[in-house]
Amino acid sequence: MAFLADANSQATAAAAARRKVLEGLRITDQLFRGLTMSSAYFVLILLGAIFASLVIGGYLAFATFGFSFLTTEVWNPVTEQFGALAPIYGTIVTSFIAMLVAVPISIGIAVFLTELCPMALRRPIGIAIELLAGVPSIIYGIWGLFFFAPVIQRYVQPELIEAFKNVPVLNQLFAGPPYGIGILTSALILAMMVLPFITAVCRDVFETVPPVLKEAAYGMGWTTREVVRNVVIPYTRVGIIGGVMLGLGRALGETMAVTFVIGNAHRISGSILAPGTTISATIANEFTEAVGDVYTSSLIALGLILFFITFIVLALARLMLMRIEKKAGA
Amino acid sequence: MALDIAKYRRRRLRSTITVGLCWAASALGLTILAVILATLVYKGIAGLGPKVFTEMTPPPGSDGGLLNAIAGSLVMTIAGVFVGTPIGILAGTYLAEYGRYSKVSSVIRFINDILLSAPSIVTGLFVYELLVRPMGHFSAFAGAAALAVLVIPTVVRTTENMLLLVPNQLREASSALGLPQSLVIRKVAYKAARAGMITGVLLAVARVSGETAPLLFTALNNQFWSTNLNAPMASLPVVIFQYALSPYEDWQRLAWTGALLITAAVLTLSIAARWLSSSRTQQ
Repeated sequence: MAFLADANSQATAAAAARRKVLEGLRITDQLFRGLTMSSAYFVLILLGAIFASLVIGGYLAFATFGFSFLTTEVWNPVTEQFGALAPIYGTIVTSFIAMLVAVPISIGIAVFLTELCPMALRRPIGIAIELLAGVPSIIYGIWGLFFFAPVIQRYVQPELIEAFKNVPVLNQLFAGPPYGIGILTSALILAMMVLPFITAVCRDVFETVPPVLKEAAYGMGWTTREVVRNVVIPYTRVGIIGGVMLGLGRALGETMAVTFVIGNAHRISGSILAPGTTISATIANEFTEAVGDVYTSSLIALGLILFFITFIVLALARLMLMRIEKKAGA
Repeated sequence: MALDIAKYRRRRLRSTITVGLCWAASALGLTILAVILATLVYKGIAGLGPKVFTEMTPPPGSDGGLLNAIAGSLVMTIAGVFVGTPIGILAGTYLAEYGRYSKVSSVIRFINDILLSAPSIVTGLFVYELLVRPMGHFSAFAGAAALAVLVIPTVVRTTENMLLLVPNQLREASSALGLPQSLVIRKVAYKAARAGMITGVLLAVARVSGETAPLLFTALNNQFWSTNLNAPMASLPVVIFQYALSPYEDWQRLAWTGALLITAAVLTLSIAARWLSSSRTQQ
């Protein structure tokens, strides 16, 4: 009997120990789940907090100037008159020109990497183009200011001014002395910076084209150009647009490179050779030196406008890329 | 059926032109990279000497190095990655493991992808409002916080992608042995996805170590040696920014040397990250 009771108590002790271990596991399990979930929600909170902080910081500017903050060109720290029109204009124009330059080149590189390049070279060239995306933006800035801008000033701008001297409209676009720095130079630097991003997306979506489609087209006797134009690009159109929007989002918000080469002039000029400014360059240049609440608040309000514009552009980009992902998965 | 030779030739010619343009575009891309790197080496190598690593940033006209800037960059990058990585990994884990198919997860994924490409200067403004203004002064803390905000989306993205690559059979097998889900994730899924997750962290380090905009008005800058995290701190990118735009030639030379250093570091990191992930996937 004593022996049985002993075994019994041993069994209950073992069961108790097991229960304790299981209980511990259950608690850590729930703890870990809670931890991951709160981290995931933290990402949402982060976005909300960024928006909220910019709205709070920029409130004074919007309260002082109202809607005219968006429509006036004046930027005068002395009289505390601030309007965002010139930076908004500069941001949009530089990004637009950058896209005009970067998109065809990116698509060309993506076609090269997916259709033309010898297999052995695909990876190295792909990595080299990706490294272009890894170069920090300040490097593009210093390189743009000391190497690229002088080159543009000496060889490109005089040619442009000369070539369009007698063409109406275009002579306004390419007017003025060749400063080197300015809207056009910034746009070209931006084009180099967003090129790898657009290329990467285009290459990825080009790879989703079923080989059967391309082989069928080649089998019909189509040339490479016709296959790319009539099969690859129509099949991946949404993805390409998504990639372009992604690049546009980058270009709009790019700060340091532009700050170096834009010239920081708060005015809207008809000529794209003239200096200008962008939202991010204005903030980077003036924020630490801003004196007075209205000045600081105006700069934060600029940040809010920038964040709002890029948010919409990037959101559209994601939506388009999600559509092509669904197509590839189906 | 008559073969329209002229039309055929025209099609061939147009195709050749297009193919030629694609080659040219790739050559242009590679040339840009080569020219940037060559300029950096050409202008930066002259100033590269032991002094760069042993002396502080100088006032104009005197000799000096970049020691405090290098140290500041290291400190803030490490602190930022140290804070941002765990949050990023945990959030990525939730998206890939617990909430893979939930509605909230797709919203979080969407927002995370936007944060990934959001302008970094806005992060600077955010941290300025959040930390610098309430504290009343610029500090290395604020700089590190701004970098952490940039680290999180990168790490979330790669962690999720890498965990999604882990075959479900592994999870099912360990669950069948009675492992609770948190242990399945930590002991099985993390182990299988480790190389990819390390790659993600390395890429995040590469990204933030070259960031300038978010540091401009959070950590500011500091001419002197400082280890006080509650005070302004120098960083390599901000020093490059300040020195490159200065009229002093010796400052500009230092800026180029700094630019060379930072590019070398960033590119080495991204190549290492790529090599790590590709050597794993080939297995």
